[in-house]
Amino acid sequence: MTTFTPWSALLGGALIGAGSAILLLRLGRVAGISGLLAGALFPDGDRERAWRWAFLLGLPIGAALVSVASRGLTVEVDASAGQLVVAGLLVGFGTRLGNGCTSGHGVCGVARGAPRSLTATGVFMSVAIATVFVMRHVIGGAS
Amino acid sequence: MSRAEGVAGSSIAALVAGTVFGAGLATAEMTNPAKVLSFLDVAGAWDPSLGLVMAAALAVMAAAWLRTTPPPAREIDARLLGGAALFGLGWGLAGLCPGPAIAALSTGRGDVALFAASLIAGAGLFRFTLGASAIPDPAPVAGPPPTPTPRSSP
Repeated sequence: MTTFTPWSALLGGALIGAGSAILLLRLGRVAGISGLLAGALFPDGDRERAWRWAFLLGLPIGAALVSVASRGLTVEVDASAGQLVVAGLLVGFGTRLGNGCTSGHGVCGVARGAPRSLTATGVFMSVAIATVFVMRHVIGGAS
Repeated sequence: MSRAEGVAGSSIAALVAGTVFGAGLATAEMTNPAKVLSFLDVAGAWDPSLGLVMAAALAVMAAAWLRTTPPPAREIDARLLGGAALFGLGWGLAGLCPGPAIAALSTGRGDVALFAASLIAGAGLFRFTLGASAIPDPAPVAGPPPTPTPRSSP
């Protein structure tokens, strides 16, 4: 269980938006993490990869900077190793099939009102909420 | 500007963008799966924080889009719907999506690394199965953008 943290949520969200905006305005690229990762690791032909690796490298650097400033990040993983593997495979395969994740569709695409992104975000949010409901309240038996 | 300078310049800008993005994920505690799952658990002790994260990120990005020419809309197809559903299932199981998983690698935790490795395996599995026949993305935008046109919609 976690508590509502409105100010850090707003500040963090603004930073996520700012990072995406820098990539869009400076490089003309959409900050879709799943697509960046796939483009960096499994390129289609002769595509530029340096900027993809640079952005991906920035993610843990940014998190580490916040960790130092706030004396450590809280990371609570309840899922078992088996669940993490299944979840990772589903997220990796699904985001490529659907061409985007929380960043590409959820932030970048929804921000410009793209019908594909609005639809995808509605679907993955609904399925994730249903999954948590089943795991916690149907199978898990949490109240 | 030479090609090498262009690559270096865009890589530095991308590194800054990624660092700001990663700092945002950590500040908002989206690197904590328990926090994400608390948002998704609408029937439990609901934590609406992720909603505000999305709202703030959307406000900033909406302003950025006003300064560019958005890519043309593409049609909604079965791949989009099926992919989003599979992603939602995985996200709900672990509470991790690609950005936070990569950012949280900074903690050196084995469970996060296991998820990230599986994520890469899943993306690779797609690339060499269904993705092998996919039409490659069009060529990147040439030159630095005064009015950048993104290469493709997500």
